[in-house]
Amino acid sequence: MAQLFRPSSNTLAKVSIAAVVLLAGSTLAVGYIMDRGPWITGVRIAPEQPIYFSHKHHVKDDGIDCRYCHTGVETSHYAGLPPTETCMTCHSQIWNSATVTQPIRDSWASGKSIAWTRVHDLPDFVYFNHSIHINKGIGCSTCHGQVNDMPWVYKVNTLNMNWCVNCHRDPAKFIRPKSEVFNIDYQYPANQAQLGPQLVKEYHVQSLTDCATCHR
Amino acid sequence: MFRRSKGAWLAVLLTVAGTTACRDDMHNQPRYKPFASTDFFGDGRSERPTIPDTVARGQLHLDEARYTGKINGKDVEYLPIQITREDLQRGQERFNIYCSPCHGRLGNGHGMVVARGLRQPPNYTDKRLMDAPIGHFFDVMTNGYGAMYSYASRVSNDDRWRIAAYIRTLQLSQNAPPDLTQQTQNKTQGGGTAGGMK
Repeated sequence: MAQLFRPSSNTLAKVSIAAVVLLAGSTLAVGYIMDRGPWITGVRIAPEQPIYFSHKHHVKDDGIDCRYCHTGVETSHYAGLPPTETCMTCHSQIWNSATVTQPIRDSWASGKSIAWTRVHDLPDFVYFNHSIHINKGIGCSTCHGQVNDMPWVYKVNTLNMNWCVNCHRDPAKFIRPKSEVFNIDYQYPANQAQLGPQLVKEYHVQSLTDCATCHR
Repeated sequence: MFRRSKGAWLAVLLTVAGTTACRDDMHNQPRYKPFASTDFFGDGRSERPTIPDTVARGQLHLDEARYTGKINGKDVEYLPIQITREDLQRGQERFNIYCSPCHGRLGNGHGMVVARGLRQPPNYTDKRLMDAPIGHFFDVMTNGYGAMYSYASRVSNDDRWRIAAYIRTLQLSQNAPPDLTQQTQNKTQGGGTAGGMK
């Protein structure tokens, strides 16, 4: 009786075992990378906005405080977007005939809201409150990055649960003095390992990792 | 030993496949986030403006001096809320956020936005403003003045008084008269005294 398998079948068998393992591994890897990458998380992707509004210009060049426009951030769960009135405070006078600011004047004249695209969109099953973070020494740039370097705003963090929990488990690594919360260029000092726990204690920061803290 | 049928396995597989595809239903639930748009109302806003003359609980503002800065149409000459050192510091912080882009941190009218072409506001140490009653500053912040828009929607009522008190501090910081202490008390007194200068 003739041999069923030729000698090359030995190699083929070994290769196909390796191929199955590799294929399974790389499928998982590709899935993981896609899930964590910008395609799914939107990190470092600036969505198109109805106006070419540059945070870099307004924050870095003009030195305007975050709270000038985001007035609710210290007292509310939502930081707030400025009404057209806030834009018009300056732009009724400067750049008041430029094409780039035309949508502001249209909105002012018609009373219709400017339809911005939300950049930081948490899943609806997550409760988040800006004011408690601001009032306990978590700076704007800790989560939002160097907005003063962004002509168009994008998010720098995934806002995934593991990212949130990373800080909730050990806030001492990320906390800063309250006076520095709105300092967008804040650099953590060399003695953060000592300062952090000290501030956590001083501000009565709790390490809240209960599910119900955010999923209520 | 319990043996699952092929049908049960198929059901499990279908369930797993089905749930992964439904991801967005939980992420974007049928409710409105702040400022989300809607087709339901003609203006496209899910957040409804308050009906004119609505008085929310706790917002019945009967104290005319405190909430309008005027008595019988005249700017008040005193601070209707108590100002402590902390209030002055709060005033300084608020001034630096909301006023300094145009008025400058010294209140001299050399703010960054002025450098960009906005009409230059007057220096607080101009005689007209040195002599102005403190209610005038509250009124300007509340209702706007000249090229300046109202800040009533951005700065809370009492914060506007704290800023007014801080403007007095700025004026005095660059115009310190010999009998500073006495004058400070006269100008900023409203139940309490202004704390020290910063």
